[in-house]
Amino acid sequence: MAQSKHDFIERSVGWMIVLTLLVISIGGLVEIVPLFFQKSTTTPTNEIVKPYDPVRLVGRDVYIREGCYNCHSQMIRPFRAETERYGHYSVAGEFVYDHPFQWGSKRTGPDLARVGGRYSDEWHRIHLNNPRDVVPESNMPAFPWLERPASVSDIEDKMRALNKVGLHKYSDEEIAGAKAALEGKTEMDAVIAYLQGMGLALQNVQ
Amino acid sequence: MADFVSGFWNAYVMVLVSLSIAFCVFILMSNMGEGKGARKGEKVELHGHIWDETLAEYNNPLPQWWKYLYWITVFFAIFYMAAYPGFGNVKGFLGWSSAGQYDGEMTKAEATYAPIFKKYAEMDLAAVAADPEAKAMGRRLFLTYCAQCHGGDARGAKGFPNLADNDWLYGGEPDVIKTTILGGRQGMMPPMGGALGGDGTEDVANYVRSLSGLAHDSLRAGRGKELFEQNCAACHGADAKGTHAVGAPNLTDETWLYGSSKATIIETITKGRSNRMPAFEAFLGNDKAHLLAAYVYGLSDKTAAK
Repeated sequence: MAQSKHDFIERSVGWMIVLTLLVISIGGLVEIVPLFFQKSTTTPTNEIVKPYDPVRLVGRDVYIREGCYNCHSQMIRPFRAETERYGHYSVAGEFVYDHPFQWGSKRTGPDLARVGGRYSDEWHRIHLNNPRDVVPESNMPAFPWLERPASVSDIEDKMRALNKVGLHKYSDEEIAGAKAALEGKTEMDAVIAYLQGMGLALQNVQ
Repeated sequence: MADFVSGFWNAYVMVLVSLSIAFCVFILMSNMGEGKGARKGEKVELHGHIWDETLAEYNNPLPQWWKYLYWITVFFAIFYMAAYPGFGNVKGFLGWSSAGQYDGEMTKAEATYAPIFKKYAEMDLAAVAADPEAKAMGRRLFLTYCAQCHGGDARGAKGFPNLADNDWLYGGEPDVIKTTILGGRQGMMPPMGGALGGDGTEDVANYVRSLSGLAHDSLRAGRGKELFEQNCAACHGADAKGTHAVGAPNLTDETWLYGSSKATIIETITKGRSNRMPAFEAFLGNDKAHLLAAYVYGLSDKTAAK
């Protein structure tokens, strides 16, 4: 009877743990691990996809700190309804320098994957200070406190850390020049620089 | 898209998937033979563990119907791997891909909508502006792509031009509007605070206000006139009516992009203004820009005095 087969596993916790781990890891081993060895996910889409410069890097961290991802996704799906509104659908190679990526899954606000160049810097400034000034029906919160100097103390460490985890290859000169690049920049400037650089790699009409 | 760095990963995926399916089959096969649970009158097999003196658990086999459901998942997995991409670099006999599905959707939409866009793209902008259907399309496009800056009613905001009036920075001819949409505009007024000095700036501000009949200090305005001719006339013109070629606004009318208060004008003169309308050619393409240009052209009342 079946007893002999399942009884053994159910009565020895050690085997139960080992076999359970084996079974549930198969999914990850098949679906996730190969992605790290796939060209479309590990090489930049084109030469426009570059590591973030120090200002954009800080802007990205402000974006994460303020929780922008809670309402804005950064992933345009391959449907006409999305590409008509946002532009060319997102591809994996655009995000090779995103650690962590900000794809998100919730859209209280619009997708931002191709917001770069879509508005003027001034529009972003007004909009972040008080979204209602330009879009009266907006329910986005205002972020007036971004008009303060951007944090520069840890930028060099951030860049060194990215050199370790990602494809980034910030040179020593770039790292040494990071603080100077952030000189006089506010968090607002940094976020706007980050937003304006987003999604430039692909366009609807090539 | 399976574009692995080496063939190893194809084999890796194929082997693991095959082994998983084979393992499921093995488990099912080795359990199928076991009949049903104990029948009436037969001795019931117990699990062997007894709780609370008398509490025991039946050791019945899995129900047959439940095992058949499992078989269905196995067959589905095999069908899926054969039909869709996923089994290493096998593309699947259905030839499906997400990019292919998207292209199909776009081709279908193109067949439906392209003739409509084409019809208008070949028409003169002024004629498109007069077409009610084109106007409705233009309005929908405007609300999607333009309203964020220019407002749903196209009346703009501080720093974002009103498109519904008859005053234009770069000219209101239909072709110019289309050029603006396709290529964008970079508005640039240099900061004049250094050249004019605090006092001079105040004089020029008073003169500028005097041009449109706003309250001003006439003594300062008199001094400002001379400074204006030296420093500002190159772009705004000696008559201050602006120059469309460089997007310099007319300062004699009642339209103000940033505001007409003295403080605002002084700020504009001192710090300059830099304003950008993004280019939309790569995003929208010619046909949509054509409809949008016609829509925007149709917004302003051409009969009104300029």
